[in-house]
Amino acid sequence: MVSTTDLFIILPLLILGGASVVVMVAIAICRNHVVTFALTLIGLAAAFASLFWIAQDAPRQVSTLLVVDKYALFYMGLVIAATFAVALLCYSYFGRREGDPEELYVLLLIAALGSAVLVCASHFVSFFLGLEVLSVALYALNAYLHTRRFPLEAGIKYLILAASSAAFLLFGMALVYGQLGTMEFGKIRQMIEGSPDASHAILLAGTALIITGFGFKLALVPFHLWTPDIYEGAPAPVTAFVATVSKGAMFALLLRYFTWSGSHHYGAIFLVFTIIAIASMIAGNFLAMMQSNVKRILAYSSIAHMGYVLVAFQAGGELATQAVAFYLAAYFITTIGAFGVISMMSNGERDADSIDDYRGLFWRRPLLASVFTAMLLSLAGIPLTAGFVAKFYVVTAGASSQIWLLVFVLIITSVFGLYYYLRVLVAMFSGLPQGHEEEAAHEISPLVPALSLSSGVVLAVLTVLLVWVGVYPSTLLNIIHHTVAGIL
Amino acid sequence: MILVWLIAILLIAGVLAWFSGRWSSTAPRWISLIAVSIDFVLGLMLWSRYGSEMHLTPQRDWVTQVNWSWVPQLGIRFHLALDGLSLLLLMLTFLLGIISVLASWREIEQGIGFFHLNLMWILAGIAGVFLAVDLFLFYFAWELMLVPMFLLIAIWGHERRNYASMKFFIFTQLSGLLMLVSILSLYFIHHHQTGVYTFEYADLLGTHLSSHVELLIMLGFFVAFAVKLPMFPLHTWLPDAHTEAPTAGSIILAGLLLKTGAYGLIRFVFPLFPDAAHRFAPIAMTLAVIGIIYGAVLAYGQTDLKRLVAYTSVSHLGFVLLGIFAWNTWALDGALMGMIAHGISTGALFMIVGQVQERTHTREISKLGGLWATIPRLSGAALFFAVASVGLPGMGDFIGEFLVMIGTYEAHLIGLTIVASIGVLISTIYGVRFIQSAYQGKNSNNWAVRDLVPREVVMLIPMVAILIWLGVYPQPVFNTFKPVLSKLYRTTAQQPATSQAALIKTSLLHLPGDQW
Repeated sequence: MVSTTDLFIILPLLILGGASVVVMVAIAICRNHVVTFALTLIGLAAAFASLFWIAQDAPRQVSTLLVVDKYALFYMGLVIAATFAVALLCYSYFGRREGDPEELYVLLLIAALGSAVLVCASHFVSFFLGLEVLSVALYALNAYLHTRRFPLEAGIKYLILAASSAAFLLFGMALVYGQLGTMEFGKIRQMIEGSPDASHAILLAGTALIITGFGFKLALVPFHLWTPDIYEGAPAPVTAFVATVSKGAMFALLLRYFTWSGSHHYGAIFLVFTIIAIASMIAGNFLAMMQSNVKRILAYSSIAHMGYVLVAFQAGGELATQAVAFYLAAYFITTIGAFGVISMMSNGERDADSIDDYRGLFWRRPLLASVFTAMLLSLAGIPLTAGFVAKFYVVTAGASSQIWLLVFVLIITSVFGLYYYLRVLVAMFSGLPQGHEEEAAHEISPLVPALSLSSGVVLAVLTVLLVWVGVYPSTLLNIIHHTVAGIL
Repeated sequence: MILVWLIAILLIAGVLAWFSGRWSSTAPRWISLIAVSIDFVLGLMLWSRYGSEMHLTPQRDWVTQVNWSWVPQLGIRFHLALDGLSLLLLMLTFLLGIISVLASWREIEQGIGFFHLNLMWILAGIAGVFLAVDLFLFYFAWELMLVPMFLLIAIWGHERRNYASMKFFIFTQLSGLLMLVSILSLYFIHHHQTGVYTFEYADLLGTHLSSHVELLIMLGFFVAFAVKLPMFPLHTWLPDAHTEAPTAGSIILAGLLLKTGAYGLIRFVFPLFPDAAHRFAPIAMTLAVIGIIYGAVLAYGQTDLKRLVAYTSVSHLGFVLLGIFAWNTWALDGALMGMIAHGISTGALFMIVGQVQERTHTREISKLGGLWATIPRLSGAALFFAVASVGLPGMGDFIGEFLVMIGTYEAHLIGLTIVASIGVLISTIYGVRFIQSAYQGKNSNNWAVRDLVPREVVMLIPMVAILIWLGVYPQPVFNTFKPVLSKLYRTTAQQPATSQAALIKTSLLHLPGDQW
């Protein structure tokens, strides 16, 4: 039975769900962008604050479906904070475009709710529910500017592929359930350990299909084909959301599922993940080198980054769990920052996604270009940024488990990966100012970044966080140490 | 605390210079100049304060240090420490820092504030490399200096700047990451043996490694340092980067960045992995000698003045590598002297080439010629630094190369010594070509340009003076370095002395230190 304490401990989920209803009703009563926006932010802030409130009661199992432990709290915090930042970016981005921007916030809240359910899931049912809540919101978010060609295309593509991957996932769950007769992650482990000589073929097939489901959402090779198109087509703040919240929540669940169910220790599963990680790192980095569209570059680079996180995941153990959490946190900061710059650079007609849009940006908009530089350097893993410490941590985890093959692939591919980050950097710093008359004469009107307070604040905060985590990672490490480590 | 200030002043000055660049084109230059000069004076103060008591004991590892907790969860500490070796290289850093600010005074006209931000941060990174004794901090600083250097080449470089800057960055980054893996392996092996997670240099020194593992880990470090040094055949980034960089960039690349590689070999590779390093020495020394000859021959063949100077670096740093791996008193003294003298003489040569280019807008030797007629003072300076660079007795470079060759000979590597001395011969040929084809002869292109201005003379005089000082009375440098040398021997002698070189070095320890 669900008691009052159980209801109390899922307060963040209730607040997110409640907020989406409130926002929806508010839109029905009075369509006003500012009010909707404010309600959304209040809802997210309340959900975030409730995390601290319920922390003392964690960990607690709520029915068999959800578990609210410190691990879930950490990732819920990450998800909610990221949604908050994305909402701020959306405010100015969608305010400048056609159509009504209000429903967007409902979708964002629902997607955040789905992600929050995912990080709490301890059962196939909550796993699937959370995933679908997230996915359905994302279909609409991707195609939010439905009168435009590329967002619509992105939405449809995502719908078809996500639906089919969900089918694979369901089938995998069914196989595992058929073999073991349980859908609880923890029980799966007991069943496997209890009957070591049980036929594992069906179990393996089921797990493989479940990996397909994970692989799709995380955009791991060979399930990555949707990524560049969605990244390119979706509006920039939505891309930021897809790249961070959806992937981060999924990875948190991946780690929980494979740790709790013990499936990770199978040689075959381990091998599959090794191959996926290597393929993702290689394909992501090399394909990114061939792009000239910034959003596509970031899409392929995100494939590679998920490969890096998999290296930490493969390492296993407490260090690895912390490395994954640290990497994801750093990746959230960096990716939202990068897409925040892209959102800010975009005008009402199109997104600023060509490298040419950034040519000489540093000499026109030094601050914006500096923020983008910091984000790109963080993605490339250069010191003074969060990305550096994150990459260091992942390599440390890999080295501690002596998975040298993965570590060396990570190192070599990430060096090749430098090339495309540097290309964008070089473009931003190219074209030293030569004097004003000359510039006015032959310059084709560059995109004029639309500076707005909300986006500016997000970028400023993210940059400060980026440098802070990069220079003094102890604070974040402490938080992670006290929350995430409990998963094992 | 002063060690932190040495770095912090540069970092802060860089940011100030950037902001001041918005409203003034001279303010960034003055801010940078003052900041580096302050550091230089601080360095001199350190030298005079501790100069007489640089002596290190087993209890006293460093002359002065700063040791703060940084990331306790991973055993990372903010640990900067100074001894004679770091001090000498710091002085070189600040000296060349001043020179490079002055050298850019007229050359850099656009993005002045940002240029000086990069310049200051490179210097800060280099100072960090020379001071860090926590291996994580060292790696941090090692990587930190790359980005501003990359931007310096990519923004203010010459025609092929994009290609050169990317190549530079990717080469150094890849080798740096290999070093990171080695550092982490060492970290975990040390933890396995002692149960303590630490990146502390002094603690890791005592780690016991099986000979196979030791060699592998050593190679990770070695590759990182060999790329920077640069050692043949890992040098290919160097001619491009040196040639395309603006003058200040070339000065810093040749004068300082290459030295971080040599410094790493002395500070980390030998003390941490003495056996593996000695086993690897024949290969490294052979490659060093190949580099000496190869660099010299290619320098002779260049048609671009800057490329010519760039290849001479490959040759000169070959001597440094040879000296380090010979690992005895003479050779190491020689290697250190070679590093310092090369920093100054090659830095000066790049500056002179930069001044020629600023005036004539070309670096092609075929388009120059007969410059002596129009710019005698500049040509005279070029002659001075060219002969210093090829190793004329009485100047610092000569001392360095001479000692390295003695040291190599002492290590019973007569063949290598002979080949290396042929390198000296070839260097004379390219030195003569450098002077004859560009400065002497008939002024057939009718160059008529402005000679050295007072600012440029002021820059060149101290460099001339220091090179002569190093050549005539190098003892202060050796005295500063000597305590470090004996400490290095102490740490590397912990292992059983098996090789020939080890026997030699123990006997050398009892020789009087002042051979000069």
